[in-house]
Amino acid sequence: MATAPEVGTTTFTTPSDREIAISRVFEAPRELLWDAHTKPEHVTQWMLGPEGWSMPVCEIDLKPGGEWHVVWRRSDGSELDMRGEYREVVAPERLVSTERWGEDWPETLNTLLLTEQEGRTTLTTTMLYPSKETRDAALDTGMKDGTTESFDRLAEYLRTMA
Amino acid sequence: MATDALSLTFSALADPTRRAILARLTAGAATVKELSAPFAISGPAVSKHLRVLERAGLIVRTREAQWRPCRLEAAPLKEVAEWADEYRRFWDMSYARLDEYLEHLQGKERNDGDST
Repeated sequence: MATAPEVGTTTFTTPSDREIAISRVFEAPRELLWDAHTKPEHVTQWMLGPEGWSMPVCEIDLKPGGEWHVVWRRSDGSELDMRGEYREVVAPERLVSTERWGEDWPETLNTLLLTEQEGRTTLTTTMLYPSKETRDAALDTGMKDGTTESFDRLAEYLRTMA
Repeated sequence: MATDALSLTFSALADPTRRAILARLTAGAATVKELSAPFAISGPAVSKHLRVLERAGLIVRTREAQWRPCRLEAAPLKEVAEWADEYRRFWDMSYARLDEYLEHLQGKERNDGDST
């Protein structure tokens, strides 16, 4: 058995040239995590990012070929629109969908995997980018090649020079 | 313009030499000659990279002076970096909230039996 990550720690990794993976362990059965990701009444309760965001729109047509659409609103009134299409729907373990943040961003193919062991569920979302270049740009964006840790440093650095 | 601004930024940042050039420019404006020095590539090759960076709006080249110094234009970079940073923070904080929400749901299920 591979060493499981700790409960409550979000891990960001790069499993291949074109992917970013987010992983986290939850103290809950996977059926519940499946519902939390696929039912609007649940999604709107938690998928909200930092304080000050709400989700006024959450539409989910949960079937292969079905579309999803969410809108986030920040307290300053600005909105973020994200949508895509479901490709594979295998409850309660595997959900494959496309994701678009708008014209400016490369479309990704996201795979949500839920595995349960002794009442704990490991969630892994893998985002597949169209190319290594777009993945690297999204991930690295920076002055040097590196891991996801460079995000924070770079963002902070850029803030100081703005 | 054939492509949108952010796509240009993405493709400009995808090359390690161009990222190194940007890193050098964070220390201040520099000429093509100065920028070429640390790289094992020709001046024209560096100029080619500079054109890509300029087209993406990541650098600005002064027109007046003969030696045309380049300086970093941080706005597009900032936009991309903030997005990446925000994206990571977004999931980290959402999952923390999901932890609490699942706990709430599990408490409720124990009372209600099968929930929707």
